[in-house]
Amino acid sequence: MAYFLFRRTLGFVLTLLAVSVVVFAVMNVLPGDPALTILGMDASEDALAALREQLGLNAPLVTRYVSWVWNALQGDFGISHSFRVPVSELISERLPMTISLAVAGMLVTLVLALSLGITAAAQHGRAGDWGVMFLSQLGIAVPAFWLSILLVMLFAVKLRWLPPGGFAGWDDPVAALRSLILPTVALALVQSAVLARVTRSSALEVMRQDFVRTARASGLSHRRILWRHVLPNALVPIVTIVGMQFAALVTGTIVIENVFYLPGLGRLIFQSIANRDLPTVQALVMLFAAIVVTANFVVDLLYVVIDPRLKARA
Amino acid sequence: MRRLPANFLLGAVLVSLVVGVAALSLIWTPHDPQTMSISTKFAPPSAEHWLGTDQLGRDVVAQLMAAARNSMTVALVAVLLGGSIGVALGLLASALGGWVEDGVMRLADLGFAFPALLFAIMLAAVFGPSLTNAVLAISFINIPIFARVTRASANQIWTRDYVAAARAAGRGRFAISRDHILPNIAAAIIVQATIEFAVAILAEAALSYLGLGAQPPASSWGRMLSEAQTLMYLAPQLAIYPGLCIVVAVLGFGLLGDGLRDITDPRLARAR
Repeated sequence: MAYFLFRRTLGFVLTLLAVSVVVFAVMNVLPGDPALTILGMDASEDALAALREQLGLNAPLVTRYVSWVWNALQGDFGISHSFRVPVSELISERLPMTISLAVAGMLVTLVLALSLGITAAAQHGRAGDWGVMFLSQLGIAVPAFWLSILLVMLFAVKLRWLPPGGFAGWDDPVAALRSLILPTVALALVQSAVLARVTRSSALEVMRQDFVRTARASGLSHRRILWRHVLPNALVPIVTIVGMQFAALVTGTIVIENVFYLPGLGRLIFQSIANRDLPTVQALVMLFAAIVVTANFVVDLLYVVIDPRLKARA
Repeated sequence: MRRLPANFLLGAVLVSLVVGVAALSLIWTPHDPQTMSISTKFAPPSAEHWLGTDQLGRDVVAQLMAAARNSMTVALVAVLLGGSIGVALGLLASALGGWVEDGVMRLADLGFAFPALLFAIMLAAVFGPSLTNAVLAISFINIPIFARVTRASANQIWTRDYVAAARAAGRGRFAISRDHILPNIAAAIIVQATIEFAVAILAEAALSYLGLGAQPPASSWGRMLSEAQTLMYLAPQLAIYPGLCIVVAVLGFGLLGDGLRDITDPRLARAR
């Protein structure tokens, strides 16, 4: 067990390091002059030279990489060019929005997908099953940003129940929650389409096994068998997909924040691209990639919690 | 003859429709997709403009058709480029084994840390947004996917007797990969390519919607939607058609891929 934890943790740290090398390489080694990118074509040679000096571009690449990682580990991502404040400050201001959106999206996804998937499996081959499968096939094909536009047109433009976008801050919690409803639904519906299918096929697999037949024969109720016996045993493939979906969910928040004009990290990344604010983009891409890698790491650890048999083998 | 699965048939119909329209747009569209005419902006559907016109008086049908062509081109290039690199890496890993295999698979794991959007964001920040960057980003995420599928399928074939016979006859690892492994895993790769085609269409639409893909005046379903979003009080219908096109295309390739898998791997089909 200790060896398993050690190996996984080492793998996780190495992956993070490799990710940081890729991010740094793409943003710094590829042909192109960041100073020119930031200042534009008509900048004077002096201004370019001064900015290169300020950005530390004259130092050797390896030195720059090491100091970037070293500073980042201490929470220092440099200074944003466009906002003129530390990047870490920008991130901590906007992080709560992105995290709330991601967590709410994941929760709604789990509730929707597990109940739809289990229902479909229980109804195997009947109308309910076909309905869920059809909806999920459709859900996979619908882009989240289009679904968002449709939701806004219905609930904000036509019915006027909810705001079409924007966010006034957390001071008024009711207003804040109202502005998060449509983004959360848009994020979760598409995600749960994928997860519902996996839940269904994983549950069907379990339902064929002997212990389920035994449970049925011993007179347990259908509902109790589904939720107490089938679902826990169907969890391993589900958790795998949830981990993989976290990448999609993170990407999803970037898209959704831009559709609904929510002041989170995803919106910040696009403002930074438009402002040619390379240090901020670099920090945010690294942050998002790190979130994805961490999610996969956590899933690896969760396997052992869910399936104690793996512990013995590990 | 065995009956073809329903998902394959429906997928084939939808894909033929989308690809047919995209091909037709090469030689004919009802109007030029870029010609503006302010006097006829926001025209309702008519015999002249089947689905009406947009905020600049451009014909919506013509734009949807041109966008279909662009979307198919992007997906094709991205899947071919990323797929061939991925397949080559997967074959290499499987043929050589040992540290090469480990190395390739760790690289593939690393690739999964970057969703297409993150990669496109990096490229856009350095080079400015363009369709080429979007294609590169989508190709890039296809590499680890194809490398994994290829390696997993190829490893199974390497254990077969006819491969052992070929090795005994003194054929090299690369010749065996080319002549025996690749033809026998082609079905799995084609199934994956069909599914990734659907994913690529979605990715292109999302990137173009966010301004990281097709740039004006190129037509793209994603870009049409981002323009329509600002006009949804004036002309909500403009936000409907491009979305429907995306759904039809993605659904088509997704169903076709599932159907192909059911046909080529009946074992899996029965298990479901």
